[in-house]
Amino acid sequence: MPYPEEMVAPMRAELADNGVEELRTADDVKNFLERNKDKNAMVIVNSVCGCAAGAARPGILLSLEGDKKPDAVGTVFAGNDTEACNYVRSLVPQAPPSSPSVYLFKQGQPVSYVPRHVFEGGYPEAVAEHLRNLYVKL
Amino acid sequence: MGTFHSDKGALHGITVVVRTTGSAVYIGRCDTQTPHAIFLNDADKHEEGQDGKTNDEYVQTAAQWGHWPRIPQVSVPASEIASVEKLAELAN
Repeated sequence: MPYPEEMVAPMRAELADNGVEELRTADDVKNFLERNKDKNAMVIVNSVCGCAAGAARPGILLSLEGDKKPDAVGTVFAGNDTEACNYVRSLVPQAPPSSPSVYLFKQGQPVSYVPRHVFEGGYPEAVAEHLRNLYVKL
Repeated sequence: MGTFHSDKGALHGITVVVRTTGSAVYIGRCDTQTPHAIFLNDADKHEEGQDGKTNDEYVQTAAQWGHWPRIPQVSVPASEIASVEKLAELAN
């Protein structure tokens, strides 16, 4: 059962208001990856969980302040954008479902994956450093 | 912003690896840890040698990719716990 939209709206907005593209359907995700197939892209699986997403969202935004970062950033919301989320997860089938999580793509292909436990109990600065270390490999 | 439960202890919401005094290791999101047991949600259990993997190999795979939440809830009695560690701290 999806979370009430009014509950997740502020968590969506925390990313969307900072330039992250919302991907609500599987077609949105496909189109996003197709549009950016010649670039680097990141898809964030957003979550209501304060234990992990509370640090993930500000950490991700902090990581995007650097020079080296994905060319395009999109997001789906776990538990609400179910179809979109399932499609993203299908692209890395060896990864169990995890939210929040981050998928990095290079020329349309998944190259890095960050599961939920990396974000848990962390600080935004640590999340940002972890992600920046992945961005330099893109 | 999100949901927080400050009364649940330091490991609440954290994915932990619970090694037992026997051959099993559990991975799951800690709900609470009491003097009597640790309570995990969305957990998985691996026995030494299961699927051709040692427990250490299983834990390393989980550290890279996460774990499959095959067991909705499980408790491990304190008398059977050898160690409790955060999964995030075990990646090589």
